[in-house]
Amino acid sequence: MAERIALLVGTRKGLFVLDGDADRQAWDVRGPLCDGWPIHDAIVDPASGAVFAGGGSNWYGPAVWRSDDLGGSWSHSSEGLSYGDDGEKMTTVWNVTAGPDALYAGVEPAGLFRSRDGGATWEHVEGLTNHPTRPEWQPGNGGLILHSIVPHPTEKDRVWVGISAVGAFETQDGGASWELRNKGVRADFYPGDPPEFGQCVHKLVMAADGGEHLYQQNHCGVYRSSDGGRQWDEITAGLPSQFGFPMAAHPRDPNTVWTIPMTEPDAGRYMIDGHTAVYRTNDAGASWEKSTAGLPQDNAYISVLREAMAVDRLDPVGVYFGTSTGQLYGSRDEGRTWSLVADNLPSIWSVEAAIVG
Amino acid sequence: MADVHLPRSLVALFPGTPRRLQARGGTVAEVIADLDAQVPGMRNRLLDAGPAIRTHINVFVAGERATLATPVAPDGVVHVIPAVSGG
Repeated sequence: MAERIALLVGTRKGLFVLDGDADRQAWDVRGPLCDGWPIHDAIVDPASGAVFAGGGSNWYGPAVWRSDDLGGSWSHSSEGLSYGDDGEKMTTVWNVTAGPDALYAGVEPAGLFRSRDGGATWEHVEGLTNHPTRPEWQPGNGGLILHSIVPHPTEKDRVWVGISAVGAFETQDGGASWELRNKGVRADFYPGDPPEFGQCVHKLVMAADGGEHLYQQNHCGVYRSSDGGRQWDEITAGLPSQFGFPMAAHPRDPNTVWTIPMTEPDAGRYMIDGHTAVYRTNDAGASWEKSTAGLPQDNAYISVLREAMAVDRLDPVGVYFGTSTGQLYGSRDEGRTWSLVADNLPSIWSVEAAIVG
Repeated sequence: MADVHLPRSLVALFPGTPRRLQARGGTVAEVIADLDAQVPGMRNRLLDAGPAIRTHINVFVAGERATLATPVAPDGVVHVIPAVSGG
């Protein structure tokens, strides 16, 4: 039986689930789910098969939603998802990621939370908040947000995180202590040499060979690391802009990632010259290939946010991205050609692809 | 027991919860604690760090805007109403 893909699409006005046919050509749209809450990220936990969606309501605060029937019914919890009554107010959940032995949530203001009971209760990973640089963290344009969580696939005590306008960190002891991972990354908005922290990582992803091979789309360029982020090497050359938000890694080829360059922050943060394009490297960033087939090329001043690109695990790999104006595009041939999957959705904040049967 | 009126958008988060509940407590804080005992998780939806009533949630006691410390009479009427916001 052919494997089917479900796309989880987080938007400013609820989560949508798109059920694909066996050919990934026809999609049935269900939603808005999660009571129409703003949803920043949604995943299918490979261990349990449950859907987890993180977000926050203007009225009722942050929560992680859970569905055990692919969106048919939901519960939600924010038990423990707090800095305490004496702490800062938490506004929303930006990222939900499944690790080998826990579920993680990244929140605003930036912090990491962990659940070991399937999202029923959460514990604050205080080691990150206690990092000596914390008093100096400053919010970026999108806020002080922890938006990238990259657990090591087998070493359960190792996790990388990315925080906008702060940078990347790694823990090797289950979150008790954290080390900065920003060496080699530019921060053009600071004078002089790049600082130890303050780099504006936009998306941090792990390559398919897992462990030490990472990529990041940054405010100031695109980078790869072959040593777990201790040193980053810039791979922006060949891209039309250093700026962009999302990045997605091939599920099997560690040398292949996709990114979507956009105009610089002071020039609109949308598609360059109004031409929609996705760029792919097959050689770990030594060169980039532009893909426009099937994408709007005339006056397409659209933008794609940091969590709004995803890949599935089929062969050939499907690649998907959603726009802040509610279009969802998909490719069944690893990003060579594209078609419109859905239109007229609310502003899309996240896209995830999961094999569901 | 106070007569507590809850908004649709709140009870929708807790399937089966009625729009109107009876709750014990001499203050708004105690009434919300009793609501949380009856509907686990409701406190987190209504209160933020502090604790304080969330910015965009309004609580009225006998028709007057209330804080967590506002007294609630044994037969008091409490309304929880989301503020006008969003877009």
